[in-house]
Amino acid sequence: MYTNIVELKGVSKCFGDYKALETIDLTIQNGEFITLLGPSGCGKTTILRLISGLEKPDTGHIFINGQDVTDWPPEHRHLNMVFQSYALFPHMTVFENIAFGLRCRKIAKNEIVERVEEILRIVKLTKLAQRKPDQLSGGQQQRVAIARAVVNRPLVLLLDEPLSALDYNLRKDMQVELKQLQRKLGVTFVFVTHDQEEALSMSDRVAVMNEGHIEQLGTPRDVYEEPANLYVAEFIGETNVFETKVIRSDKQTVEVKVEDKRFTFKNKRGLKTRQEVCVTVRPEDLAVWRQEEVGEVSDDMLPGKVEQVIYKGSIVELVVRLESNKRIYATEFFNEDDEKLDYQIGERVWVNWIPGWEVILPV
Amino acid sequence: MKKFTKQIYPSFVYLFLYLPILIVIIFSFNDASRSLIWKGFTLKWYFELFHDSGMLTVAAHSIIIGILAASLASSIGTITAVSLFRYRFFGKNLLHGLLFVMIVTPEIVIGISLLLLYSATNVPLGFWSLLLAHTTLCIPFAAITVYSRITSLDKSIFEAARDLGASDFVIFSKIIVPLLLPAIVAAWLLSFTLSLDDVITSYFVSGPGFAILPLKVYAMVRLGIKPEINALCTLLLIGTLLLVVAAQVALKKNEKVGE
Repeated sequence: MYTNIVELKGVSKCFGDYKALETIDLTIQNGEFITLLGPSGCGKTTILRLISGLEKPDTGHIFINGQDVTDWPPEHRHLNMVFQSYALFPHMTVFENIAFGLRCRKIAKNEIVERVEEILRIVKLTKLAQRKPDQLSGGQQQRVAIARAVVNRPLVLLLDEPLSALDYNLRKDMQVELKQLQRKLGVTFVFVTHDQEEALSMSDRVAVMNEGHIEQLGTPRDVYEEPANLYVAEFIGETNVFETKVIRSDKQTVEVKVEDKRFTFKNKRGLKTRQEVCVTVRPEDLAVWRQEEVGEVSDDMLPGKVEQVIYKGSIVELVVRLESNKRIYATEFFNEDDEKLDYQIGERVWVNWIPGWEVILPV
Repeated sequence: MKKFTKQIYPSFVYLFLYLPILIVIIFSFNDASRSLIWKGFTLKWYFELFHDSGMLTVAAHSIIIGILAASLASSIGTITAVSLFRYRFFGKNLLHGLLFVMIVTPEIVIGISLLLLYSATNVPLGFWSLLLAHTTLCIPFAAITVYSRITSLDKSIFEAARDLGASDFVIFSKIIVPLLLPAIVAAWLLSFTLSLDDVITSYFVSGPGFAILPLKVYAMVRLGIKPEINALCTLLLIGTLLLVVAAQVALKKNEKVGE
């Protein structure tokens, strides 16, 4: 078994005039849970279909387990796919659905029964084996679709937005179940979604995609805390963006103006003087101080007015309008220091963050 | 005025549509040989019909042709629909369009062109010429019936089957045919009824050696309407109605499967 179970080298794909996928390279490691994340039309499903063999690339090569499979049909690639619509066979029972792939491979009858029953146990559907798909709930159909794919012991399981048809609570449960299943089976999962929360909570690595190319590939922590560019920063989670220019820079530090105040930050990305940049700060990294909490206004505090207070149980979301008329979002948590979080609309507040928690990105 | 448009006008429509048929049915039970006056109830004409051996042979001919033509047309039609839906090939759009052209082409044109074809290729008029003609006539109807159903299926079902390792033949026999079965049955029934009562095309391509029911009826009517024909028409009507109902039920079932 190769450690790089799937490799895409210089792969691109057009549908007519529409360039679905720019030339991309992607390496997927054996046993990992990798997510392709992006808005609709970004090419994430195209990558999945190229790996599965349902589409052929215009350029480039695809390797699976070290072999060039670019011209192989899907049935020879030893991967399986879970479709967004589940695509269960409506005229077959759950058992027959799951056994279909094994029967196509002409596996002995008693082994088919054994393997199907084993997978039915794993996805907890043993009692429903003789039902037809239309007699199952959405979550159960979902599990049949996954069982039908993994029973073939594929090298890689491809999942095309498999949770998008489920309601919120069920989706949460299925996220946990899927992750457990992946650990249990040790199979490589390639998961496609547009839901960033889903991507962050389940994946070992996330590939953030936009308009046919990969913007960033990294661990969930990487893409959230160290976004490669503004697109990633804005797509993954919420962030406040201050557009500005570098006033002065050297190897260690960079000086920028945010809201007419001078800040000196660490220069992590080799920014140059006069370069246009964005200073981004996550809402949860912002601290909002009420007038009476601030003894002496320090240099790093931005003045503003509370415009909206959104109470969400464990957190309070604030919309603050700064003096430059810019709106920013801040999330405050209840803890020992702030038991009340009693902000009034129109109240004057001061906003700051711990230096180093900002991310400065070139435009 | 409101009452007229709401109730009386529609009843005229139905009267106009169904009164002639109703009269045929009523007079098939009339105990008079040439009269339009009601002379009492009888089943005489039905007995006479079933003892007319010439008539029974002709009816058997029609049913055999109908069964064979319907089977051929629904098989070819299914394969046509599946290829139109699943594959890309040269002339696909043309083929699709031609199906509709065949449906709207006047039957008299089809009849004459088939006759020309048969005489040019020396095909004797009889069983085979009729079977070929009826099959040709039914294929577009069968293909479109099946096609309209196949388009309502989720395309990813076929991709899933392929992904699970099914060959084209397995996908066709284990997935497509079972899912389309009700539509194929409907196409068969439609073709059978089309074949059973076709007069115009049959008139051109049938020969003296192999008579079929609609043409026989047509010939008899020219000598004056015998009540026996009323009985025959009533039976045909009931048969056709049953087939149409069966087709509807089959399609309804298919709709449920498609959901």
